[in-house]
Amino acid sequence: MSEPVSPAVEVANLAITLDLPDGSSRPIVEDVSFAIPKGEVRALIGESGSGKTTIALAMMGYSRFGGTISADRIRVGDLQIQSMGERELRKVRGSRIAYIAQSAATAFNPSRTIISQVIEPLTVHGLATGEQAREKAIGLFRALALPSPETIGDRYIHQVSGGQLQRLMAAMALISDPELIILDEPTTALDVTTQVEVLNTFKSAIAASGATAIYVSHDLAVVAQVADRIVVLKNGRMVEQGDAASLLQRPQSDYTRSLLAAARPVERGAAEEQAQSVLAVEGVHAGYGKVRDGLATIPVLSDVSLRLSAGSSLGVIGESGSGKSTLARVIAGLLPASNGSVRLNGELLSPGIDGRSKEQLRQIQLVFQNADTALNPVQTVRDAIARPLAFYHGIKGAAADARVSELLEIIQLQPAVAARRTAELSGGQKQRVNLARALAAEPTVLLCDEVTSALDTVVGAAILDLIDDLRRRMGIATVFISHDISTVRAFCDEMLVLYSGRAVETCPKPAFSAPLHHPYTELLVDSVPELDPEWLASLGGQHVPSLPETPADKSLCAFLPRCPVAVAGTCDVLPPPLVTVDGQRMLCHQRGEVPKNEDAGAQP
Amino acid sequence: MAVQGENRPAWIGLTRVVIQRVLSALLTLFLVSIVIFIAASLLPGDAAQEVLGQSATPQQVAALRHEMGLDQPAITRYVDWLVAMLSGDPGRSYIADMEVSDLIGERLRNSLTLAGVTALVSSVLALTIGIVSAINRGSKLDRTLNVVTLSLVAVPEFLIATIFVLIFSVKLVWLPSIAMVSPDASWGDMLRSMALPVLCLTFVVTAQMARLTRAAVADQLDRPYVEMARLKGVPFRRIILFHVLPNAAGPVLNAMALSLSYLMGGAIIIETIFSFPGLASLMVNAVTSRDMPLLQSCAMIFCTAYLVLILIADVVAILANPRLRS
Amino acid sequence: MIRSLASRAAALPLSGRIGLALVLFWLVIAVFGPLIAPYPVGRFVDEEVFSPATSQFWLGSDYLGRDVLSRLIWGARYTVLLALGAAVLAVFTGTSIALFAAIRGGVVDEVISRTMDTLISIPSKIFSLVLVAAFGSSLSLLMLIAAFTYIPGNYRIARALAVNLVGMDFVSVARARGEGAIHIAWREVLPNMIHPLMADMGLRFVFIVLLLSGLSFLGLGVQPPHADLGSLVRENISGLPQGASAILSPAIAIATLTVGANLFIDALKGKGDS
Repeated sequence: MSEPVSPAVEVANLAITLDLPDGSSRPIVEDVSFAIPKGEVRALIGESGSGKTTIALAMMGYSRFGGTISADRIRVGDLQIQSMGERELRKVRGSRIAYIAQSAATAFNPSRTIISQVIEPLTVHGLATGEQAREKAIGLFRALALPSPETIGDRYIHQVSGGQLQRLMAAMALISDPELIILDEPTTALDVTTQVEVLNTFKSAIAASGATAIYVSHDLAVVAQVADRIVVLKNGRMVEQGDAASLLQRPQSDYTRSLLAAARPVERGAAEEQAQSVLAVEGVHAGYGKVRDGLATIPVLSDVSLRLSAGSSLGVIGESGSGKSTLARVIAGLLPASNGSVRLNGELLSPGIDGRSKEQLRQIQLVFQNADTALNPVQTVRDAIARPLAFYHGIKGAAADARVSELLEIIQLQPAVAARRTAELSGGQKQRVNLARALAAEPTVLLCDEVTSALDTVVGAAILDLIDDLRRRMGIATVFISHDISTVRAFCDEMLVLYSGRAVETCPKPAFSAPLHHPYTELLVDSVPELDPEWLASLGGQHVPSLPETPADKSLCAFLPRCPVAVAGTCDVLPPPLVTVDGQRMLCHQRGEVPKNEDAGAQP
Repeated sequence: MAVQGENRPAWIGLTRVVIQRVLSALLTLFLVSIVIFIAASLLPGDAAQEVLGQSATPQQVAALRHEMGLDQPAITRYVDWLVAMLSGDPGRSYIADMEVSDLIGERLRNSLTLAGVTALVSSVLALTIGIVSAINRGSKLDRTLNVVTLSLVAVPEFLIATIFVLIFSVKLVWLPSIAMVSPDASWGDMLRSMALPVLCLTFVVTAQMARLTRAAVADQLDRPYVEMARLKGVPFRRIILFHVLPNAAGPVLNAMALSLSYLMGGAIIIETIFSFPGLASLMVNAVTSRDMPLLQSCAMIFCTAYLVLILIADVVAILANPRLRS
Repeated sequence: MIRSLASRAAALPLSGRIGLALVLFWLVIAVFGPLIAPYPVGRFVDEEVFSPATSQFWLGSDYLGRDVLSRLIWGARYTVLLALGAAVLAVFTGTSIALFAAIRGGVVDEVISRTMDTLISIPSKIFSLVLVAAFGSSLSLLMLIAAFTYIPGNYRIARALAVNLVGMDFVSVARARGEGAIHIAWREVLPNMIHPLMADMGLRFVFIVLLLSGLSFLGLGVQPPHADLGSLVRENISGLPQGASAILSPAIAIATLTVGANLFIDALKGKGDS
């Protein structure tokens, strides 16, 4: 492991403390040391509060919230960052060390053109004239596979998509040929299909520039694709470090092992399915704005149907804007469907809450994505859980207290938690209370809307295990709404894939590994990074660009512009037919029982 | 957004937005006129009784009511009044027995001069204080300015006026405490006589405007794009000038418009104290004598001025913001 | 309870503690004023007028030879209690309407909000002048007028808070549970608005003190024989050239009350942010 030449970046004994308003100070990073050889990508990985971003920013001598950085050495090339003043640091930032932020949407100034900001690292440091810088920027736009590279820079941020913005920010970082690039969760805000492309672009751009890079992330699988070596952090301290492949295969610490386990949900067996269906959604349309002829002005869901049998679980999957949360709101009655029907135990439900009986409302319970906003911050845990007990079951006083304790035990929290305000709980605890409140109603159908997306991986995995365990024990039919197809595959008996408001595929568990799926499902499956450093490379460059546009004719397949197997003459002319293969139902021309081209001909 | 709009000139969309804002302001003004008319018509007893006094016979009152059109239904009177206002004839003052337009003309000009000079002085001061405070957030200077402006916005105008009169007119005898403005006075005399009213109004308005400016700029300084600019090594001065100010322009302008509209409220006290022949003191007279046509006209002028200020701020903010612009 | 309030007050910055002390001082004066005042409020006690402060008349005498301190104490009672009543009324009404609009939404919300927008675009002093001209200025009318003038401002703030809260998931949870509008307004939304509403009530109080004193100063507010602090400034205006205590003390009294309240509210807000 010894390096013959001195490494490009060296950090020794880094500590960062935060001064608190009461005069004391709290260490947020302690005893961090690492060295990165030139041209290598080093990943800093950890959950929230691990100090990963704080450490990365310390490479630029910068600290948010006025933390104090102290270190024996922070060296980047010949720069001794730890002993530089604000004025010297300014000259180095953007020119020799560049930063790529998590959310390009907020890191770009909304009232200036993009290119004026992209060239700034060159112009403010006097490294080039405006004209030269523009030329260089356009070259980078082209290299980063941005559309219309000549003119895209003249737009404002609200005129380009999220994936493009992230690449534009990469151009801003690369433009000054820095020796160190810091990437701070640069793909976390993106949809999984976009993430792959951006990841690919970043990887080759860093390699082409020859710069050393620090890649900050919470996602081991993403990091595995880009990093040479990985540093695992927890609570501001280093847990272990090693080269990517061996760390993934032979983690040394328990913490890394738990991270790995959480990133790879184990597939569960199918629940004992009962034939009787508890929830049936038929041809639902829903959206916002005025409703005319059963269609809303701004449609979100079109013609979605699903069937959920008692005790089973259904996974609803789609990227942001696909309408998956809207589906949960329609079932719960929060957003009345403009057309179609929702039935509970065969009984037709009124579209809105007002027309539903208390008993009907009790049977369908919704657990929201963000536990921070799903619990009233001024209420105590007891208030939150006892309300449905009183409201639905008339349980009050000591009986309610006893039941609250029982429910807390079920969700694995101490009974003492009951007296605390919900605002004082951690994210994972909040989500458990959120779940307990839903269970207090004793529902037959539980709708879980992205219940783990706001949580750290390990905490989220524990919540998923808990829900899975409880629903099996109590026989509650469950709808898991998720953007993560691997979660759905592990936990659900059936999956429903939504694309721009349409159910493009429903697939029962036995068919999860069927050779053919809807092309969008396949794209989703292929886009989920695997815990294998070779995964991204193995995909090759054959990924289709994701264009967030839908065809002008609403009756055509919405996935058409991104579809790799679309055939001219059918897909762009006729609405997609619903085909059924061994229980799989797909909305696609190319997945029919009668093969129309060689692609589908491989099917037995 | 989906259409790149490169073929269509941007000003078409822009004009549409601006026209929309103007129409919205006109609608508000129309609604305000209804409110003011209703409020002024709710007079217990009525104006004819008020003019003639308690000793008048019912016949006299009825005759005057007819002459003043008070026996017409409220809607008719409102429409008549609105049409007359729009045609530049706000009616006749009951008490002064003069055309309201004649009473107002001269005084409106005086008030506008007072407001204009104050606005000019206080805008410069307030922007400086607000921006300096914001970029030195949390410093001793910022905290001191915070307490000072916070106190000034809560001090009644007449205390400020009293103190200034005591200092500049009574003790130092530099400036007159009565601001008589005659039409043929020289510019120097005019400025001298307006100095104290302007000074008092500036104090109050500046404090308010500086606070709002600081809040708007400080809000922008917390945005991630400012951190990004710092991490690109952009000098601080350039961050303020090229990154923060264009984004703060909208809120800051709005803050200025709001504070300037405060001039009108402040002017009521200040004009009265200094016997300044402006619109606000005229309005106070109208209230004292319950001269409703005059009162309605003054109130409408103040509301129009307020709406125009907000409208200007709104339109300039649209021009400064590319997202609203497209 | 009292101990926790005391410890919270001690945690305020200096300016906030000074503000709190001033507000408490004036509240005590307003409530116990009649017991403290050294002379009856209307009695002519001094042969001199506008006499300076002496050991007999701590704040001197006024333009008729009455004791300024006694009149100040009584004036503060009018100012504080009228403004407090009006502020409570304005916030209660504005917030009730705001909750109704935010929870009902749709056309109801639009009509109410448009009406309030119209009222808010009439500068408050102008509006209250029109109302005083129309209705007159008895004590109860003044309180109603001041409250009415500041309802739209409170409505705007309360509605913004409520709309934000109504959009939160916990309100959706309550709706999905089948809770009625009253439960949602009272148990889910309102408890989360208390702190900003209290701050707003404090600000309205400051505005109303300034408005009523201004009106009284113009002779359009509190009418004799009653006198609030603004009236005291007005009736002693002839003492201005000699800088009489009779004109300066009531003006300074108002300033200490409003500045104190402002400093206190600002200190509370600053704590809430961090």
